[in-house]
Amino acid sequence: MTTIYDSAKRKHPAIEELIALWRYRDLIYQLVRRDIVARYKRSILGVAWTMLNPLGTMLIMVIVFSKVFNRPDNYAGYVLSGIICWSTFSQSTNMSMRSMVWGSRLLNQIYVPKTSFVLSTVLAGMVNFVLSLVPLFLIFAFSGVQLRPSALLLPIQMIFLFSFSLGVALLVSTLAVFFPDVADLYPVLLTAWMYLTPIIMPLEFYQEILDGLLLYINPFYYIVNLFRILMLDGFVPHLQTWIATGVSSFGILIIGWIFFTLKADDFAYNT
Amino acid sequence: MILHTTHNSTNNEPQQDSAIFLKDVSVHYRLPSETIKTFKEYMIRLVKREIERRSFSALKNINLDVKKGEILGIIGRNGAGKSTLMKVISKVLIPSEGRVWINGQISPLLQLGAGFHPELTGRENIYLNATLLGHSHNQIEQKLNNIIEFAEIGDFIEAPLRTYSSGMRARLGFSVATAWKPDILLLDEVLSVGDVAFREKCVDRMSYFRDQGSTVLIVSHSIESVQETCQNTIWLDKGEIVGSGETVHVCDAYQKEMQRKKSKIDGKLF
Repeated sequence: MTTIYDSAKRKHPAIEELIALWRYRDLIYQLVRRDIVARYKRSILGVAWTMLNPLGTMLIMVIVFSKVFNRPDNYAGYVLSGIICWSTFSQSTNMSMRSMVWGSRLLNQIYVPKTSFVLSTVLAGMVNFVLSLVPLFLIFAFSGVQLRPSALLLPIQMIFLFSFSLGVALLVSTLAVFFPDVADLYPVLLTAWMYLTPIIMPLEFYQEILDGLLLYINPFYYIVNLFRILMLDGFVPHLQTWIATGVSSFGILIIGWIFFTLKADDFAYNT
Repeated sequence: MILHTTHNSTNNEPQQDSAIFLKDVSVHYRLPSETIKTFKEYMIRLVKREIERRSFSALKNINLDVKKGEILGIIGRNGAGKSTLMKVISKVLIPSEGRVWINGQISPLLQLGAGFHPELTGRENIYLNATLLGHSHNQIEQKLNNIIEFAEIGDFIEAPLRTYSSGMRARLGFSVATAWKPDILLLDEVLSVGDVAFREKCVDRMSYFRDQGSTVLIVSHSIESVQETCQNTIWLDKGEIVGSGETVHVCDAYQKEMQRKKSKIDGKLF
């Protein structure tokens, strides 16, 4: 098979990148595998950390906040579902930035589809997300929450979570290649964002502020809300909720994808 | 100074037998002093309207037509644009202007062991490294034994890479990079991998590729290695092709020019 590359006949970069990624799909698999295997290889508890980490955070939150707030029903399940969603998002976007900076050194030497590093990091984050569902189910069993058939719709919520994380990851990674200080700035921003989202504090707290405005303009609220409705409350939400979540997550993904691929040609110039 | 124009192609379209075809290719880098390193600085300058776009050209209007099966040397002093040319050909850098046309699969032997991970075993690293070079899982499985054997790693193949010596790493990297016969092979400087015996194996493999019809580009600033292997050579200076043609003539002219520059400097000194 002959492959011809012609810089004069390139498609739109956003399309071109999709085609290239398909051709390099085995690389994505290898990078995801590396991310997961390498992270746990030298620790005794290995993959168990993925599950113990959110559990530990939840335990602290339950102890701390039961003194501060009137604990709502199923607070443990509420916090844990929040933490699982949030840490998947925050870790995968944060790690993406780092793997992009690492990858951009490589991109200076060999050709690789430039979204591979970000995509594989976010995919690895989704694998961790699935693993961390195990402790969630344990807590559910412990506190008497019964999973309803609505839990079967979880894969759709995961697609939204994945799209949103990938979109944001592409945006911040592009910035981080050009401006290394973004890597320092972003975690601060994430902390602020987390407190603006009902992750650990009860929902009522946010509903009282500006008639819940903070919630409606926060795309991550839709994602974590959908998760809790499906898993914790156990009913299938209105079409409105689906559309709002879908539009905001796919919207961010498309914006991130286009922004990244338009800037990607300049990465190698930035040495 | 233009010697021959065999590679300073005047064709507007790649020919039937072309492997690499460049038409009016220029690469403009932003000047190092103009690069803005932080987001904060960028915002401040944006507000003050101080973002200048001054640049320097690493390559200027390069026209090149390398035929299939040709072995071409690229010489020139440091900063002449040799590496930039390699990057443009290997798709790493999209040129600021002009057209790059490549027919065939490229193997850049620039970065041996790209993306090796210290915690993964040698075997796992083969998969990682080879997929980075664009090979599929199936292709790797077919060549796996070959790669391990050629690298002379032995039982270490199941050990994490951090336990490898630097020579073993280089051998594994080279072995993966050259496991498949590329249509176009890019070599930056002379290979200095492992011990003498292994280096001979490497040279053998290179000659095998050449005999099998791979197009080879060798970049060097020492002319000896170019003279040994290349029929034709281009000479780059300040981003332009200043000479091209048979290696003997180009290297001769290059050497004379270097002598002249040197004596000029010597003349100033004494």
